[in-house]
Amino acid sequence: MVAQELHGHAAPQGFIRKYVFSLDHKIIGLQYYFLALSAVFVGMFLSLLMRIHLIWPTASLPIVGQINPETYLTLLTMHGTIMVFFVLTTAPQGGFGNYFLPIQIGAPDMAFPVLNMLSFWTTFLAYMVMLSAFFVTGGAPLHGWTGYAPLSALKSSGPGEGLGADLWIISIGVFCIASLMGALNFITTTLDMRARGMTLMRMPLTCWSWFITAILGLLAFGVLLSAGILLLMDRNMGTSFFLPLGTINGQLTGHKGGSPLLWQHLFWFFGHPEVYIAILPGMGVASQVLSTFSRKPIFGYRAMVYAMLAIGLLGFMVWGHHMFMSGMSPYTAFAFSIMTMAIGVPSAIKTFNWLGTLWGGRIRFTAPMLFAIGFVSLFVSGGLSGPFLAQPVLDIQLHDTYFVPAHFHLIMGVAAIFGIFAATYYWFPKMFGRMMNESLARWHFWFSFVGTYAIFMPMHYLGMAGHPRRYSQLTEVAYLRPLIPLQRFITFAAFITIAGQLIFLFNLFWSMRKGKKASDNPWEATTLEWTTATPPPHDNFGGVTPVVHNGPYEYSVPGAPRDYVMQTDPAVVAVH
Amino acid sequence: MATFTPAVSEPPVASRRRGHNQPPFEGSGDGDRDNPGSPDYASRLRRARLGLGVALTPILMLFVSFTSAYVVRQGLPTLDPETNKVVHDWVSVPLPTALFLINTLVLIASSLTIERARRQLSRQMILQPIEQIPGVRASNEKRFPWLGITILLGLAFLTGQWFAWRELADRGFFVATGPSSSFFYLLTGAHAFHLMGGILALFIAGSTVILRRSLESRQIAVDVTAWYWHFMALLWIYILALLEFAH
Amino acid sequence: MGLVLLCVIWLITIASTYFFVAKTWWLPHGVSAAAAGIDHQFAITFVIMGVVFVAAQMTLGYLVWKYRANGSSGRAGYSHGNTKLEIIWTTLTVILFIGLNLIGSPIWAAERFRPAVDGATRVEVTGMQFAWYFRYPGPDGRFGATRPELEDASAGGEGALGLDAKDPFSKDDVITGVMEVPVNREVEVILRAHDVIHSFFVPSLRFKQDAVPGLAIHMHFTPVETGDYEIACAELCGLGHYKMHGIVKVVSQSEFDQWLAAREADKQ
Repeated sequence: MVAQELHGHAAPQGFIRKYVFSLDHKIIGLQYYFLALSAVFVGMFLSLLMRIHLIWPTASLPIVGQINPETYLTLLTMHGTIMVFFVLTTAPQGGFGNYFLPIQIGAPDMAFPVLNMLSFWTTFLAYMVMLSAFFVTGGAPLHGWTGYAPLSALKSSGPGEGLGADLWIISIGVFCIASLMGALNFITTTLDMRARGMTLMRMPLTCWSWFITAILGLLAFGVLLSAGILLLMDRNMGTSFFLPLGTINGQLTGHKGGSPLLWQHLFWFFGHPEVYIAILPGMGVASQVLSTFSRKPIFGYRAMVYAMLAIGLLGFMVWGHHMFMSGMSPYTAFAFSIMTMAIGVPSAIKTFNWLGTLWGGRIRFTAPMLFAIGFVSLFVSGGLSGPFLAQPVLDIQLHDTYFVPAHFHLIMGVAAIFGIFAATYYWFPKMFGRMMNESLARWHFWFSFVGTYAIFMPMHYLGMAGHPRRYSQLTEVAYLRPLIPLQRFITFAAFITIAGQLIFLFNLFWSMRKGKKASDNPWEATTLEWTTATPPPHDNFGGVTPVVHNGPYEYSVPGAPRDYVMQTDPAVVAVH
Repeated sequence: MATFTPAVSEPPVASRRRGHNQPPFEGSGDGDRDNPGSPDYASRLRRARLGLGVALTPILMLFVSFTSAYVVRQGLPTLDPETNKVVHDWVSVPLPTALFLINTLVLIASSLTIERARRQLSRQMILQPIEQIPGVRASNEKRFPWLGITILLGLAFLTGQWFAWRELADRGFFVATGPSSSFFYLLTGAHAFHLMGGILALFIAGSTVILRRSLESRQIAVDVTAWYWHFMALLWIYILALLEFAH
Repeated sequence: MGLVLLCVIWLITIASTYFFVAKTWWLPHGVSAAAAGIDHQFAITFVIMGVVFVAAQMTLGYLVWKYRANGSSGRAGYSHGNTKLEIIWTTLTVILFIGLNLIGSPIWAAERFRPAVDGATRVEVTGMQFAWYFRYPGPDGRFGATRPELEDASAGGEGALGLDAKDPFSKDDVITGVMEVPVNREVEVILRAHDVIHSFFVPSLRFKQDAVPGLAIHMHFTPVETGDYEIACAELCGLGHYKMHGIVKVVSQSEFDQWLAAREADKQ
């Protein structure tokens, strides 16, 4: 593994070496992408069942039958876990990052190809273990993706909290290892394998986002792993890291002295950087796409880099804002609250700069551009509910209400997903040699853009009215009854939006076979992936080293023959 | 403001596809006997060491996290419902200090031996061009099996840790006996697990001889393993200090 | 397409903003002393974020329409940014965000940095799967001991809490399933949980606090209007989380005294 073969040799032969245990970062990237694609449809299906149950609690559905309260909580738990880990931490980084980081920096592959292959298959193992939780006795756990102890630490706290919960923890532990392996590759590759002339400040913002995301993962996943180990010990070895003296179902638990808050601290120390891991690559893609299709350099490249670095750094200092109501000291809450408001600043800077990129541009409304524009709108909407939640005095009212899912779905569940869509439409031609269908793409965009607003904007209203999260039925608490019509609206919006995703699925697979053939640089873009063949050859550049002369976003340079100057173009663009 | 200075020649990208004579990538040269055309020894070593440095970070974070939990748990008051008062319930576990000290010396010794192995191989690498001249032998020094000795010392350490666990169990302290004992087993167990990984790496590094890998590849393998091993030794000293002094 | 995008973005913005401004679904009427301050801070945040929301979305819509490419438009304006502008808007954002937080901090401090006043009505609130129990200390002013091994949910309030009958202070403890408190007097709640984390949330009182096993968390609030206010559990606690609700009844002081006295009498 240390003495890695690089590309002085020929490409591998045979189906297994070429497509199953491939060492080629491009194939591995596609493997991650398709794993995430499978996971997102599983996750959407789970959420669909949730939405149906909320407004028709007694309905009996085909295959699943009637959904009871504990099943609802299981759906909720697995929806969150699968989406956060196997979609948002997989597709943007493992998928697109793996495929395009080496190419965009001019390298023939990742630093450690064998490790790369192992990191995918370890992720796949984690995914299989996670799904297996559905099929064991008791089923999958019901403790939420956040897995708060003691609910997650006591095997008799509810159905699914037996073997199902153990498998959930093991899956996450395996996922941690897989992510750490991936982070290792990303960081080493970015630092050590850039082509001549590709300085750090000439890297596309996508590369910066993958690099910073990898650093976040490197520092955060070890902590999650530690928390998972302690939780497994509490559950199976009788320790009391998280379990105080208490009872469950009227029986003494047999534990004492532990702290449920310790779990929350460890989990959120990971959990907050995790959400930045989920969004940073999307921000990188948004910058890339907005610049390409505005035919303008990104506004404030340096500021964009510093903003991402600031988000990464501050992201480790705000975890307590998930714990304002937890019993944590109010003084500590104040400190975390100030840091949380601070982290809003780099995000705002990035938004201003995206708007600045559009200003004065010559905008081409291609499919990737639509999703990048949508990303900005959704990021603004989701981001602005943050300052409400960041203030503990307002969080008293809003914590654990629908206001919180409104906030994080708009950012993670929509904006980050739009980043994945934008990346798909943008790089599909390079990966598969064909264009995706533009009309279908537009239908997909409108269904998704309007649909997700229709689903998640109303959740703010529910939250302000005091509607708590994670309620499997709305029939008991009296003040929720007037809110049921709004929940009904959300469910119908969800039906329509999910249906719209089928358009994307069809477009994706149909275009792989039947899409119009793509040239090497159909978007007239400047970064290194567009200098090479479509799809790229095994060593990415056909035996030729790229030599970089220019920054990544030299569009509409005055005096240049075309409105774009590629990074490898030796005609030098000197910026004053 | 920007100026666009057209270059002399260099045709657009599409035609620069095949047949240039530039060496593939920065820092590459003739590669080595295992991988002709790949980056040279210096680049490979640098990359391997960088990779190791990056890899050690999450391991460090794991133990930082355990340490944080340890410190918090020690100071944590918990509600005693009988008195409605908060109490501290931390009782320190008696450590098998003598055994620990012996194991520490064994581990430090193994650090020394792997360092000898690493340097021995480095010296071999430097002398290799000279030794390739027929009839010249740079030194008569036999190749001492430092690596093998390190493996033995590593196994001895693990055995010693096992005895330490036995001693604690004999005194009635098991994983769930109390928070102090839980952390004892957790910290020493996690370290031992990672050390086992190190021993596996030593075996793999050693196997590069049997597999007839090039001297460069062997040196890189041993180099990286050695640094990992040193990290494990330092980590053990840290854990020992934490258990002994922070309670 | 630029025009369509502008229209859709503007429409979504206007529609969302309408429902916010019209307060079609809004915070319930606040009945605690803290509500005024909290709602005021909410309103300030709401207005500022609302203005930013509308401005940003409208600008986005406008820009994608105004700067759409059409055949005759020539090249985009080449610019790598504007450092002065960056500094200006960064500074403004910092002032806005941090300022907003600092304005609200005194309210948080008033609510949480001080313990309850002497003479507050003391109620111990215990959450367990899936009900809330309330305990009043009685004339002796002390809560009796509880022991987890004595818990027996089928034996009424005392059993559910595991009240230790041998402790003399337990004799006058009143345990109920409904929380009754007098108006215009500070209430000190001591939050406990037996099994998993629950959360005591009364939207009308603008009060929420997690109840954590192993901890007894002291909080306070002052109800200022009589009435019945619903409690909803606000931390996932298992399959019955959705039905773990209760009532806080705020009554006059005399009504409260009578009620408590009646409960004490019942115990004899």
